[in-house]
Amino acid sequence: MTPVDLQQRAIAHIQSRFSDAFRRTDAHQGQHWVEVERSAIVAVLRSLRDDLGFDVLMDLTCVDWLGKETPERYSMVYQLFSFEHRQYFRVKCWLPADDLEVDSASAIWKSAPWAEREVWDMFGVRFRGLDDHRRLLTPVDYTGHPLRKDYPLIGHGERSNFPHYVK
Amino acid sequence: MERSARTPVEIEEQVDGDLGSKRMIVNFGPQHPATHGTLRSIIQLEGETVKSMDLEIGYLHTGFEKLGEFRSWNQGVTISDRMNYLSPLCNNIGLSVACEGLMGIEITPRCAAIRVILYELARLADHIIMVGLQAMDLGAFSVMLWAFIEREKMYDVFEAVTGARLTTSYTRVGGLFRDVPHDFEEQVRKLMGECLRTIQEMEGMLNENRIFRDRTIGVNTISKADAISFGLTGPLLRACGVPYDIRKSQPYCGYEQYDFEIAVEQEGDVWARYRIRVKEMYESLKIIDQALKNLPDGPINVDAPEVIIPKKDSHNHPTGGMEGLIYHFKNYMHGHGVQPPVGEYYRGTESPNGELGFYLVSDGTMRPWRWRVRPPSLYTFQAFPTMCAGQTISDVVSGLSSLNIIAGELDR
Repeated sequence: MTPVDLQQRAIAHIQSRFSDAFRRTDAHQGQHWVEVERSAIVAVLRSLRDDLGFDVLMDLTCVDWLGKETPERYSMVYQLFSFEHRQYFRVKCWLPADDLEVDSASAIWKSAPWAEREVWDMFGVRFRGLDDHRRLLTPVDYTGHPLRKDYPLIGHGERSNFPHYVK
Repeated sequence: MERSARTPVEIEEQVDGDLGSKRMIVNFGPQHPATHGTLRSIIQLEGETVKSMDLEIGYLHTGFEKLGEFRSWNQGVTISDRMNYLSPLCNNIGLSVACEGLMGIEITPRCAAIRVILYELARLADHIIMVGLQAMDLGAFSVMLWAFIEREKMYDVFEAVTGARLTTSYTRVGGLFRDVPHDFEEQVRKLMGECLRTIQEMEGMLNENRIFRDRTIGVNTISKADAISFGLTGPLLRACGVPYDIRKSQPYCGYEQYDFEIAVEQEGDVWARYRIRVKEMYESLKIIDQALKNLPDGPINVDAPEVIIPKKDSHNHPTGGMEGLIYHFKNYMHGHGVQPPVGEYYRGTESPNGELGFYLVSDGTMRPWRWRVRPPSLYTFQAFPTMCAGQTISDVVSGLSSLNIIAGELDR
């Protein structure tokens, strides 16, 4: 099965099984992806794993589209991989800036928790159903979410948020 | 939700119920010599057995992904050097492969062959150091010294090719920083002979070594199903019996032209990971040999002035008159240079630790909109408590050295 065939099959599968949640599909350089409603994201991912054999969550991340013409400000991006077909597939969902919460994929894959903790740390997205919701990379008393586009590169003023460093 | 405990004593006070005299909390790292980096594990022990383990990472968090959004597409390569600091060339090449995929660029045959040689040399350097450090953690100090001697020789080759020993920054989108020196093949051939001898010596020292075998066989085992669910890749996955290698399944830089085997072991323990790495070193030597034999002539950069800065001559040199000045600034000025089309692309490459993926999002400008790295160490280290459950505290050291966690790419 060629990469495009499998991706088309996955898209058709989501279109038929989750017709309510399906939003749109797009492609760049032969890599197709599908965008779904965020309420259905876990059901879609589970179905892709169980019915189409995408057995690995290779990566999970978030993109901040501040200032761009997109449906919402944030998009969650799930890179799936199938060992059987040796192919990738990408699923995305949009999150509005005033309600940054999405269901956790940690019940489907054991690789999800740290990736989701990193997204919480860097973007401030909460994950419903994630047991351990601590920050992953920044200190426990950190307050910002550094990978948001409105967070400055230099981080002026951040230092004063750490009383035990500036005392 | 946020954790407040900072010291083992505080953690001990937080643990529910009475620990009794048999249980204790051990704070392993972040400065412990056997962690090889800034990794912290808080281990709850019962006697010598690991009952539970909590990992804390981020001590080397450097904000590479944020920084990547503020650098041009070619400047990003200097950030990638600092991620896996045992094999920076693999990161350079992985990033460039992803950028070229995003733009739909085909690199030249000579560039591909040079990249393959350097990729495999970097893999050799990574694996040989990793095996040496693993042996050192288990008490065989001389193996580590032999490994470092070989690594120094490889760094000499890297220095001759790239101008730097560690921060190589060798690749560019669509090509390389410069061609290899004229005596490159001679240098690499000499290195390969010495390296082969050292690997055989290391095998002779470790393979039948009673202490090494006792501390690796059946230690830190992870099942195939768990390995897949945790997203393990590379040597760790192949040690669980999954013959998956991106160089075979989704070839890049012309890997499909080379004849090599995927090393597979079934047990999923520390010994299997050691065997995988040793076998891969022999396979790397095979690939380098084939690539050197068939190193094509020709240009190293693609013929695309929009990504590659043209060679300096009288037409485009800043002192070459008005036209030259315009040509020069068209390549260097802010808002010019490499500008991929609007879109997004994910590409994984088979780095020594596993799948090193780059997810690049372009908004059509000279800088990436999102510069996401999928580091193999992050997903590997997440599985560590599962591997250690029910093992003894000494197996934690043995297991940690077999994972080859690189704090630079783990924390980014």
